[in-house]
Amino acid sequence: MADALAMDKVDAGYGGVQVLRGFSMDLRAGEVLCLLGRNGAGKTTALKTIMGLVRPTAGTVRLGAVELSALPAHEVPKAGVAYVPQGRRLFAELSVAENVEIGLNARKKGNDVRESVLDLFPILRERWRQRSGTLSGGEQQMLAMARALCLEPSVLLLDEPTEGLMPSMIARIRETVASLKARGVSTILVEQRVDAVLSVADRVAFVENGRNRETVEVSRLRDEPGLVKRYVGVG
Amino acid sequence: MGFGPYLLLATLEGLVMAAVLALTALGLSLVFGVMRVVNVAHGEFFMLGAVLAWAVSNAVGGHPAIGFLAALVVAPLAVGAVALASERLVLRRLNYNPEATIVATIGLLYILQQVALTFYGADARPVVAPFNVRLQLPWFGYSAYKLSVIGFSLLLLGLTWFVLTRTKIGLIMRATQYDRETATAFGIAVDKVYAGVFVAGAMLAAIGAVLVVPIRQAHYLMGHDPLLLSFIVVIIGGLGSLRGTMVAALLVGLSDGILSVFFSPTLAKIVATTAVALVLVFRPQGLFGTAQR
Repeated sequence: MADALAMDKVDAGYGGVQVLRGFSMDLRAGEVLCLLGRNGAGKTTALKTIMGLVRPTAGTVRLGAVELSALPAHEVPKAGVAYVPQGRRLFAELSVAENVEIGLNARKKGNDVRESVLDLFPILRERWRQRSGTLSGGEQQMLAMARALCLEPSVLLLDEPTEGLMPSMIARIRETVASLKARGVSTILVEQRVDAVLSVADRVAFVENGRNRETVEVSRLRDEPGLVKRYVGVG
Repeated sequence: MGFGPYLLLATLEGLVMAAVLALTALGLSLVFGVMRVVNVAHGEFFMLGAVLAWAVSNAVGGHPAIGFLAALVVAPLAVGAVALASERLVLRRLNYNPEATIVATIGLLYILQQVALTFYGADARPVVAPFNVRLQLPWFGYSAYKLSVIGFSLLLLGLTWFVLTRTKIGLIMRATQYDRETATAFGIAVDKVYAGVFVAGAMLAAIGAVLVVPIRQAHYLMGHDPLLLSFIVVIIGGLGSLRGTMVAALLVGLSDGILSVFFSPTLAKIVATTAVALVLVFRPQGLFGTAQR
């Protein structure tokens, strides 16, 4: 499979604090790649660096032939990368409709895209005029994903989408990731729950101290449970 | 004149004051609300609008209405250009850092003031009103121009509200206001939004100034009061709240007008600043603001 997105020897951080140190990773077209690692390992920073929200001081980020790291941050989503941040980061004072509108506006998508996204999350139609900050946690996560999918991205970045959700909602999110994979969307998933990783991921990249220590097929994770314990501290 | 007509006169004066104040304070509130920048030079954009209005109306000549209309178009545009240059050359280079921009805009305040003193001089100069009609009420006559200032300000405030709440540009501005990073992740060029908001804020102050120069003369130090009152309005109303700004401008303008007529302008300022102190103590987010998360 061709690489959809590649990070090559990327250094990045916040102010004087370096978080990513020579971080390399490749995302194949149509796969779900999971980043696993302890808190502070650099998983979220890797996603923010792809989005241009954290600027790399060395190395490159490429989406096919496009060098994302050379683009201004606001051009990255226009290239086809959508981001669902940790904690959802909805525009809480705006309505569901307005949050969706922001997503559509990013790549100038129309009503047909909006309707197909809302078909994935029909509950959002019922909440259409409601202020997004008043939605339940699960509904907020659905809106965050819907807002990102309005870009019709080729690459989707999901940062801990199941954090703080009840089991039925976690299952729903997993189903959505699986259906997006079936549509050919390549996904990078930051996840702490190993069961979620096993059920949806194709490969797993273990992130430690700002480096990608090892990328393995998910089947190897089942065969060698010690791998997870080594990098994440739980098995 | 009896108490009733006297109160009516004071209320009308207060409404004129509130109308101009609402425009000026709205500019300050927009800039803080979206950019989180406290623009200490905001009053100087007001002053620049007034001074340029005098210059333009004098240069055009002819009927006062022609000069005034030219000033109403040219002065806000020129002030907008100065604001754009300030944003590009100063605020953007400071990455809109809240503390650094306060110091920088204090510097900008003095630069604009001294430039006005150098080229305009220290004299207060009047601009002739575009029309000179007095509406004869049963108790007193009142300037139709002053009433038109109220009407025009309301129109502009309504237009601003419409843009902010009903258009795509307004949605983008509000998204940027709530979360700059997430807005960027959805393709919004935040620096362009900031430039647009800073220019719009300065232009609103300039329009307020052009409206006021036929009532009060243009002077290079006239930016102080609008700055102080604008801060009072946006703190009482809630920083970044359009509704709060309008309500607080009405309250402050009316109390200023009524207290100035019945007692003294100094008492009006004492009441307004006491109100700010009380709001800061008991409701720091303002009457209509939301608490910072």
